[in-house]
Amino acid sequence: MHELPIIERILNITLKHARDHRVTRIAAIKMQIGQLSDLEEEWIQHYFQYLSRGTLAEGARIEIEWRPIVMECSNCRVSFEADKKNMAGCHCPHCGGKDSRLLSGREYRIKEMEAE
Amino acid sequence: MGEIKLIEIKEEILSDNNQAGQELRDQMKSEKTFLLNLMSSPGAGKTSLILNTIKTLKNRLRIGVLEADIDSTIDAEKIALVGIPAVQIRTGGFCHLDAHMVKKGLEALSLKDLDLVIIENVGNLVCPAEFDTGAVKNVMILSVPEGEDKPLKYPLMFSICDVLIVNKIDYLGLSDFNMAALYENVRKLNSQMTILELSCKTGEGLNSWANWLDSQVHHFLEE
Repeated sequence: MHELPIIERILNITLKHARDHRVTRIAAIKMQIGQLSDLEEEWIQHYFQYLSRGTLAEGARIEIEWRPIVMECSNCRVSFEADKKNMAGCHCPHCGGKDSRLLSGREYRIKEMEAE
Repeated sequence: MGEIKLIEIKEEILSDNNQAGQELRDQMKSEKTFLLNLMSSPGAGKTSLILNTIKTLKNRLRIGVLEADIDSTIDAEKIALVGIPAVQIRTGGFCHLDAHMVKKGLEALSLKDLDLVIIENVGNLVCPAEFDTGAVKNVMILSVPEGEDKPLKYPLMFSICDVLIVNKIDYLGLSDFNMAALYENVRKLNSQMTILELSCKTGEGLNSWANWLDSQVHHFLEE
């Protein structure tokens, strides 16, 4: 459900940059999103199409670069990537430790856009 | 068709809310009111825990409550019945609270008369984890009937909370809930998390929770 307020933000930020750069159409929006977010790519595209109607971003393609979940081992401090689909198997590849904490994987970043 | 050009944006989508959350934390610091964000799935016992916390701590702390619900006032009415200032925020369909909504809700409470405000967030283990509310500490409840595998299904929520309350431990004898497996699942995501086991029904473990909260608030007020 929280796709809507997030996509509204994406739209407002890109439209602001579009006005600043005096572009006439936004063709694509490139984003970096952490795998820990529960956003679904299909729904982002769907809601975006709905919200962007009648704006410079209408019809724009959303491209998502999914950023990995990075954990830090609480034992040896080595950082490693975790697989969201297999959090049960999450452990330190260096020392085998099973206690860790989240370093990154929560990104919500608009990187750039293609516009004309 | 014009020429396609690449325009760098590099903006964080949630930066507005994160900034609003930090500003609210600073404001609450100067008001000397501790803000606690309580999250869980529906039915895990948020309202019961708040009522029990009030009962245990009302002679030690001046407490207020912000109740978030999609479209009802039942929980705020329950809190008001025990004589505690409670404000209902109807999120109007939104699945979470953000810092702007919390700030608005707090305007209806007289903060100078309060040491602690507990936010009862919308019952949901997904969306509230993404949005900073301005709270000093994030606390979540997992109730025994929900099962010990929840950290693996909702890793973000378990990663961002400071405390996990395992509620309804009076059900332990009736279920195959594996407490050791829960601890293991939690430590994989958040090895620093404080875990407290309790039952709002029998009262077991409530004192440890109340003492944790009381010491956090006093530490905050004395800083």
